[in-house]
Amino acid sequence: MSYLYIATGLAVLLSAIRDREKTLVALKIAGKKFTAILPAFLMMLILVSIALFIVPDTMISHYLGDESKLTGILWAVSLGSLTLMPGFVAYPLCGILLTKGVSYMVLAAFTTTLMMVGILTFPVEKEFFGVKVTIIRNVISFFIALFIALVIGICFGEL
Amino acid sequence: MKLQKKGLRLLIITAYFIFLIISFLLGFSPGKEIGGNFFSFSIEMLKILPCAFILIGLFEVWVKKEKVERHLGREAGFVAYVWVILLAGTTVGGLYVAFPVAYSLHHKGAKLSVVFSYIGAAAICRIPMTIFEASFMGLRFSFIRLMVSVPLVIVSSIWLGNYLEKRNYKIMAGK
Repeated sequence: MSYLYIATGLAVLLSAIRDREKTLVALKIAGKKFTAILPAFLMMLILVSIALFIVPDTMISHYLGDESKLTGILWAVSLGSLTLMPGFVAYPLCGILLTKGVSYMVLAAFTTTLMMVGILTFPVEKEFFGVKVTIIRNVISFFIALFIALVIGICFGEL
Repeated sequence: MKLQKKGLRLLIITAYFIFLIISFLLGFSPGKEIGGNFFSFSIEMLKILPCAFILIGLFEVWVKKEKVERHLGREAGFVAYVWVILLAGTTVGGLYVAFPVAYSLHHKGAKLSVVFSYIGAAAICRIPMTIFEASFMGLRFSFIRLMVSVPLVIVSSIWLGNYLEKRNYKIMAGK
């Protein structure tokens, strides 16, 4: 976590040395984006705080967690393919799940299908590229996500 | 419609906090537990979010989208893929933003394989998103994910592009 502070501090410093005006604009953009996303964040935190009360940690780790890797990944890819969630919400949520004991591998499967496979965006995609190409692209993306999860699992020693 | 949604959101947020306050006052334990969840997650978010947004702000100021778009014009062989991935990195929003951009790229003369690389990369390599990912999941996670997914996206896009070009596929809306 501390490297994040160091990296941010250094980036701001370097930017300010190059151009103070631009750095100020950057900070303003940061503030604007932050306040724009804040209501959505608040809603997510509210939903998650209630959801995690109703669905206990043990159940989450049962479905997404260590007990069965295969079912965990299957749940993750199904959820990821079906739901639509901005990354600004998805990654913080993954951060929470990570502290609840969900593995990196399962979260990789979830986030990658979330970003690449869109069952709900199918009507939009089809308008641009046609049904056939849309299906092919989504199927390929699905397998890419599974492969990424596998590699992450191996690299993090979870397999 | 949009105003209604905002109003509903405000209502939920207000009701939620009133519920929390009453729970704490009356010692209603499920409410207290939910409040505790909310508080600890909020602290966790506040530790990370400001840094992530400052980095994203700096990125937007120093890297202009037009610059990347200009370079994409001289697409020569493999370099086009590098540029298209950089362009995708600067895309804002999700896939629904990428589709129209990809569509217009194709109309400006980009190869099908480049177009599909763009869509794939827009899904997985957006820089603000990756900053966010690394903040919450760690640099190592993001690094491995990018290293694995980018080549896969390019290879599968080349395959799909060639396959479709062989069959004389034309991108046509709604077909």
